[in-house]
Amino acid sequence: MTHLQPFLAGVWEFLVGDDWRTALGVVLALALSAVLATTTIAAWWIMPPAVIGLLALSIHRATREASRHD
Amino acid sequence: MSGTELGLAISVFLACAVEAVEALTIVLAVGTTRSWSSAMSGVGAATVALAAIVAVLGPALVSLPIDVLRVLIGGLLLVFGLQWLRKAILRSAGLKAKHNELETFKEEAEAARAAGERTGFDSYAFAISFKGVLLEGLEVAFIVLTFGANQHRVGLAAGAAGAAVLSVVIAGAAARAPLAKVPENTMKFAVGVMLTSFGMFWGTEGTGASWPGGDAALLAIIPGVLFAAIAMTATVRRAIPPFAMSSTGPAAPAGGDEGTAQP
Repeated sequence: MTHLQPFLAGVWEFLVGDDWRTALGVVLALALSAVLATTTIAAWWIMPPAVIGLLALSIHRATREASRHD
Repeated sequence: MSGTELGLAISVFLACAVEAVEALTIVLAVGTTRSWSSAMSGVGAATVALAAIVAVLGPALVSLPIDVLRVLIGGLLLVFGLQWLRKAILRSAGLKAKHNELETFKEEAEAARAAGERTGFDSYAFAISFKGVLLEGLEVAFIVLTFGANQHRVGLAAGAAGAAVLSVVIAGAAARAPLAKVPENTMKFAVGVMLTSFGMFWGTEGTGASWPGGDAALLAIIPGVLFAAIAMTATVRRAIPPFAMSSTGPAAPAGGDEGTAQP
């Protein structure tokens, strides 16, 4: 257990990084796209605004965090 | 070579070059202050470990069904690419310290000197070189595997990575110093745009959706992501007060990653 925890923490840090909300948002957007793809509605348009929105939110959080430290 | 394959090769080359510059700084620091032979042994061992990771995981990934592969790889590339892009935007906007190879070299060299004298095989030089190359290389191995497996061109991706490492090693040997003039953040910005764009493209296709125009959609996606990233950088620059900006570092931490293998 003592060796497993640092390993899992390393894998998490490597894949998810310091903003888990963005990673979660990507998973949810892909899931929504997969659901829409099973219908007659075009699904390709889901990801572009989702990705840009997730990036903008992540930048906004980082900017706000930096402002709080001023 | 198709446009997608060219994009793959450029992305892998840029990502690998920027990580190789960072690994080179660490190896140079321990090599010049401690032992070149032990430092190079560490480099060799890490290279073998990375090659083994690519050799084992590459065929395993390629054997997955194409839609599973695309949604899995697209999702991972998106998460990874957004991390690169976010940090590159924050660095460009002055909210996060830019990587300074000369500063890193000084810090690593000081730590190496402080670790004490050693005769014979220098385990410190070996361990630091091994760790530095392995950690920086893991990201490259990940990118080589994901890009290569998705296009079934792991060889092309590995070749682009090898060419990047060779270029950096030759430049480092010629300069005999850390490659401080390499525009690392610009390269990271470009890699972030490419990873995010390809991740979005493949992830969407993996979910069963089809892009209008097929592969040609990348000609709109890549400039679109680039434009959005540039616009966000400009917005952050305008939003933060001038006193919070500096040429070398942030006024406050904004998702710090210094000292890790993160971009």
